[in-house]
Amino acid sequence: MTDTATRTAIVERQIPYPPEKIWRALTQPHLLADWLMKGDFAPVVGHEFKFTADWGAVDCKVLAIDPPTTLSYTWSAYGLDSVVTFTLTPQDSGTHLRMEQSGFRKDQAQAYGGAKAGWAQFLANLEQVVAREG
Amino acid sequence: MIADAQDALFKSLADPTRRAIFERLCREGEKTVGALTAGAGVSQPVVSKHLGVLRQAGLVIDRPEGRQTHYSARPEALRPLADWAGQMTAFWQHRFDDLEDLLKRMDQ
Repeated sequence: MTDTATRTAIVERQIPYPPEKIWRALTQPHLLADWLMKGDFAPVVGHEFKFTADWGAVDCKVLAIDPPTTLSYTWSAYGLDSVVTFTLTPQDSGTHLRMEQSGFRKDQAQAYGGAKAGWAQFLANLEQVVAREG
Repeated sequence: MIADAQDALFKSLADPTRRAIFERLCREGEKTVGALTAGAGVSQPVVSKHLGVLRQAGLVIDRPEGRQTHYSARPEALRPLADWAGQMTAFWQHRFDDLEDLLKRMDQ
């Protein structure tokens, strides 16, 4: 298992609309509810919110926001901590939308802090166990 | 997004005491409830309850021997976690499909 293969999910799309329009869909709660999940998102760094769906809930906190190009928030579900970052790059034909979700890195353990760091440490240990077991 | 089995796996490992028990079994091999209770910081019934949850998630197996039950870890049960990135990629692909549908319906 390598760091990037197991700990980062990346999804990219070419979308035939300008960044400003996509930005609205990424930041307005009634639009978020339409394509992602219901939640009390607000475009304010430090704002904590919860996404809910029929399968459970995700706890989030806004980390960075730079309209209409960058949006980043934490994503914690089922005891797993990660960070979701959207990057919008304008193009002639619309927008390149990139979503990167990263979690579990040892070097991020401190940033997550306290009890949550236990999970990062656990997965670090786990990787060694699984590697040994083949 | 997440299948029931994986759901159970995530939930069972979200508790720090259960994680500690599982880690110890991974590290030190098979143990009885009594041996696990020593150093767990919780009572034996609590350890037994945690072991029950871990067993249901497939993370430990029990082996009765006389009046004792021995527990050992099944690290291979963690494989689905290793594919977390694959799960999340599929999740976001679906969500982005819905996002594109929404954008078509939105006003400029």
